[in-house]
Amino acid sequence: MAASAARIAARRVCNGAFVGFCWLVTAIALAFLAAVLWTLVQKGMGSMSIDIFTMDTPASGSRGGLRNAIIGSIILCALAMAMALFIGILAGTWLAEYAGDSRYGGVIRFLNDVLLSAPSILIGLFVWRLLVANVFHHFTAWAGAVALALIAIPVITRTTEDVLRLQPTSLRESGVALGAPFSTVIRGILWRAASGGMLTGALLAFARISGETAPLLFTALNNQFDNFDPRHPLSSIPQVMGQPIANLPVVMFDNALSAYDDLQRLAWAAALIVSGSVLTVIVIARMLTGSRSA
Amino acid sequence: MNELAPDCFDVSVAQMKREKVKLEVRDLDFFYGKSRALKGISIAFAEKAVTALIGPSGCGKSTLLRTLNRMYALYPGQRATGKVLLDGEDILGPSVDLAMVRARIGMVFQKPTPFPMSIYDNVAFGVRLYERLSKADMDARVEESLRSAALWDEVRDKLGASGLGLSGGQQQRLCVARGIAVRPEVLLLDEPTSALDPISSAKLEETLAQLRTDYTIVIVTHNLGQAARVSDHTGFMYLGELVEFGPTDEMFTNPETGRARDYITGRFG
Amino acid sequence: MSPEHTIRAYDEELEALTTELSRMGATAEAELADAVRAIARRDIALAQAVVARDAALDEMEADIERRAIRLIALRQPVADDLRRTVAALKISTNLERCGDLAKNIAKRVLLIAESDALALLTRSIERMGELVAARLREVLDAFSAGDLDRARSVWQRDQEVDRAYESIFHELLTCMMGDPRTIASCAHLLFVAKNLERIGDHATNIAEITTYEITGEYITEERP
Repeated sequence: MAASAARIAARRVCNGAFVGFCWLVTAIALAFLAAVLWTLVQKGMGSMSIDIFTMDTPASGSRGGLRNAIIGSIILCALAMAMALFIGILAGTWLAEYAGDSRYGGVIRFLNDVLLSAPSILIGLFVWRLLVANVFHHFTAWAGAVALALIAIPVITRTTEDVLRLQPTSLRESGVALGAPFSTVIRGILWRAASGGMLTGALLAFARISGETAPLLFTALNNQFDNFDPRHPLSSIPQVMGQPIANLPVVMFDNALSAYDDLQRLAWAAALIVSGSVLTVIVIARMLTGSRSA
Repeated sequence: MNELAPDCFDVSVAQMKREKVKLEVRDLDFFYGKSRALKGISIAFAEKAVTALIGPSGCGKSTLLRTLNRMYALYPGQRATGKVLLDGEDILGPSVDLAMVRARIGMVFQKPTPFPMSIYDNVAFGVRLYERLSKADMDARVEESLRSAALWDEVRDKLGASGLGLSGGQQQRLCVARGIAVRPEVLLLDEPTSALDPISSAKLEETLAQLRTDYTIVIVTHNLGQAARVSDHTGFMYLGELVEFGPTDEMFTNPETGRARDYITGRFG
Repeated sequence: MSPEHTIRAYDEELEALTTELSRMGATAEAELADAVRAIARRDIALAQAVVARDAALDEMEADIERRAIRLIALRQPVADDLRRTVAALKISTNLERCGDLAKNIAKRVLLIAESDALALLTRSIERMGELVAARLREVLDAFSAGDLDRARSVWQRDQEVDRAYESIFHELLTCMMGDPRTIASCAHLLFVAKNLERIGDHATNIAEITTYEITGEYITEERP
């Protein structure tokens, strides 16, 4: 009896030590996160003003804002997400529902994983070579959107496939047993059942591409202005997209190491805006799905 | 006692002298890849009656059930040879419209699987595949199906609520309602109450008793008491063969084969 | 022989039921034999013992009924297990009636006066008693052993008892018509013979029940 009591005590000590260690490590990680967030908020809030949203990026010395960068980022991300969602969801669906365990499916899956972990600068270089050097012959917003899409596609493909595979086989079979063609089963039942997971995948992809700088350096670069002509809104779109476009990550890159204080402050403001917008989007999306599902 | 060796036992349609045969299986073999799961099964299912398939795990009863509505077509390695005749037409033929077969032969699965949509949409889903009904007609069809599944009273006020919010027994009855909304002729049930508590099981069994006047029902069950309660005919399967088939009351008071008797009385050896 | 039930307690309960039934059968047989012997020897002490023992038989019937009902409720027997349980119930009822009839026979011993004229008749009664006891023993053995042929032969020979009864009936009438002083005793012996005939019928019942238990089919022919 004495032996087992000692062992129980030893076990308790071990358990306590392990749990304590986990807490400690978590605290360290959280401390770093808190430090980063604090710095971001402090410096970013300090640089915010109404000018940020009303004026374009300045040369040094003059007053300016981030209006064109904000608009540019929105355009790039929206376009990239549209392309990525279209391709990624369909590819993920194909991998989950039609490829099964075939070798071809396995190859596609592997390639997707490779693309998922490819360095984003490589992707930027590739799009530069493909579109900027050979097609457009100068930096364009189209190329930027394509580069971002290429980064987002594997994320969405992966999460779509994973979440579709999680659906029970009996759900598929129930739909088929009613006589529905398989495509109807996918569209009407499986996508709906997996919608929460697919949305998470989309959010992950958005969070990733909203901060990517390297690919944009090779494709969309930056622009002090925006080429939008309010008097001819539709016809100026090709002009806007066919030229380099301002965007927040590159603005940060350009201004953060500048010697001038006001430019540095602008960079912090851009950082805050990027982080804040990602957070807002995630919160809004969670609220929407939370209210929809049972 | 008559001890008939199961491998030379051959069931004939002559068992069902006075009843009309709705669905008939002739010499059915089923293969999962190279291995043969069903061996020369011949069985007849009477119209507007309940037939139960019983047998130990792995005997092939679920495989047989899933052959009846060609569910195996979803999986490339599986194939069936032989004939399955629905009102005389072979549904295993190559030129058969699978969607029509499944519209005439419905299926309810072991795990309740409500679709992720409202209760109304769940029931209407199958109907919308085939028919274009006005709102009033669709409302009527949904109500009729939910009533037949003994679920109407419990959900009439919350047809817009998600199907996932119902209890297990209610979900299963929702699946039954969904299955009969398309007005099939045959209803296949694969261990429908194995995931349910006794009260929900009893309600579902009562539902089946009511449905039997309009549908031909085939039910696979592990629960011998349920087979005895619910069915008119019972087939006992073992290792991919049909060992004995006959009226339920005879099967449970005086089974003919030793294997069936041993299984039913709990002498598993 | 079929394998045992996977749940061993089920087999034990069925065994116990059959054992109790056999015990009840042996007790009934003994009661019958003793009652007939008491009649033959006018043994009042034996007769009183038989009357007292009948209560034990009633208790055994109640016990078997309890066991059978418990088995049905808890095990939900089907097929041959169910037939065996129902057979045990019905046979126990038949045996209890046999016991009551034997008790009635024993009671009559106390009422019959000593008389030589009845010696021959008493011999006939004793022979009929032995015949009936033999049938009962045989049918109970057939049930325990699951012997269909023996059960059937008992069932076929139902007439033997009837014929014995007819012949005793005539003998008694003859005796009563010959000597009116013996009417009272003869009347009692007539009742004894009637009781023995009814025990014979119960043996035939048990034979029918045994046949159903073994084959699962009812006998559709008329009793011979």
